[in-house]
Amino acid sequence: MNQVVPLRRPGLWLGSAIVIVTMAWLALTVWRNPNIVHSVIPEYQFAPAILQGLRTTVVLAVLSALIGLLLGIVLAVMRLSESRVLRLGSGLYTWLLRGTPLLVQIIVWGNLALLFEYIGPFKTNSLLTPFVASVVALALNEAAYMAEVVRAGILAVDRGQYEAATALGMPRLLALRRIILPQAMRVIIPPAGNQFISLLKATSLVSVIAGGDLLTAAQNISSANLHTIELMLVATFWYLALTSISSLGQFYVERRLARSVAGSHGKH
Amino acid sequence: MNAQRPMVSAQDVHKRFGHVEVLKGISMEVAKGEVMCLIGPSGSGKSTFLRCINHLEQVHAGRIEVDGELIGYHERGGRLHEMHEHDVCRQRTQIGMVFQRFNLFAHQTVLQNIVEAPMTVKRETRAEATERAQALLNRVGLANKSDAYPSQLSGGQQQRVAIARALAMQPKLMLFDEPTSALDPELVDEVLSVMRGLAEDGMTMIVVTHEMSFARDVGDRVAFMDGGVVVECGPPSEVLARPQQERTRSFLSRLIDAPRAT
Repeated sequence: MNQVVPLRRPGLWLGSAIVIVTMAWLALTVWRNPNIVHSVIPEYQFAPAILQGLRTTVVLAVLSALIGLLLGIVLAVMRLSESRVLRLGSGLYTWLLRGTPLLVQIIVWGNLALLFEYIGPFKTNSLLTPFVASVVALALNEAAYMAEVVRAGILAVDRGQYEAATALGMPRLLALRRIILPQAMRVIIPPAGNQFISLLKATSLVSVIAGGDLLTAAQNISSANLHTIELMLVATFWYLALTSISSLGQFYVERRLARSVAGSHGKH
Repeated sequence: MNAQRPMVSAQDVHKRFGHVEVLKGISMEVAKGEVMCLIGPSGSGKSTFLRCINHLEQVHAGRIEVDGELIGYHERGGRLHEMHEHDVCRQRTQIGMVFQRFNLFAHQTVLQNIVEAPMTVKRETRAEATERAQALLNRVGLANKSDAYPSQLSGGQQQRVAIARALAMQPKLMLFDEPTSALDPELVDEVLSVMRGLAEDGMTMIVVTHEMSFARDVGDRVAFMDGGVVVECGPPSEVLARPQQERTRSFLSRLIDAPRAT
């Protein structure tokens, strides 16, 4: 039997070497940098204030994602409605909230008291605490993106599925809930996973209204001890941990979905 | 010919898509227990007419009654008022429909497909719905497939499940929209034989089909449609064997010359 001699590819080796050297150099400059006090990092990595901020960040992200998904479904259904007014309303919402910076939206919600002193009988500031304002801002923004994701998912479901449900006497909303949305999920979940990872990082923006999140906690400490970079490294570690866990979760969910997709288009 | 009220009565039905008039005054009566086959070239409006009968398409003029009940509208003071969704849905539960592309719910097993509407629309208990589903699966010869997903079945098996799913609502009338057109030729017969059995049991059926042998053997009457009108309607022995109209003759002769369209 003849032996196969693989082609020599020196360019590949050279490229790999450059990447390794660059990464090592970057790591070293951070590690050996005399301006970083390394002992500060482990001191604060598990500090109660940081862990409290971490918890708030997770709660903010999960809560906003859930509200965003529900509101996104409503907006997507409005967008696909027969009523021109509902379509326009949903379109305007998406246009406004996707078209303006999230940071601006957070600042507006955090300072709503400047606009309305009272909401109904309640004082705006006691109702919209920094945490509540953060959830509202993140969830409403998330909904605008999820609306598009859900809409794409619904449109990806074959029209025949809806017709079959209709012919069986199922009302629109029942057909949507039982037949259309479960199948749309296959298309919705991968981009929704990406959406959640951006949302995790976007929670850091609420530090501008003292939202009590991880970044707020890190900044509170660093403004006292002036170890700004060290505390950013502490926060970075946690953000990377959170996004890594989410990516892993997304990977497993997608693999499960891929299996059911393979099953449903296998043969005819 | 029959003193009984007809199962389906269509009077001067018109339907437009935009500016294109696809139904130009269809009138037709189908008696209880009768099998009516609609044949004709594609674009002749036969599928559209079928979809008007269960109000999947709205008619623009004329009226369709199923078992004496006006479909899709309430008649008040000489005017037709559009029905509330709830009432249209109730009417649809009495009319089964089978589609060319089966349209089984892809995320549900065969059994789940069949019990879905009886449970969520008619509020039957799971036990009740499952029992009837099993009986229906027996009837269409798929008793051992209840846990399979649609994608694991052949086209012919999927279409038989679709028939069982429609029958699970215990309809008075069954509509078939080219039920064998998407099937490989060797799978056509298993579906037609289920439909033949249904006809023998006295189900009222309206079948849009290109299967002339089915129309001849099972159809009580055949209606040839072209250009949005019924050109000729009568027993298959007349319409298929001795067509009176030139358009019917030329359609049938093309069908014999050309290989069967799938």
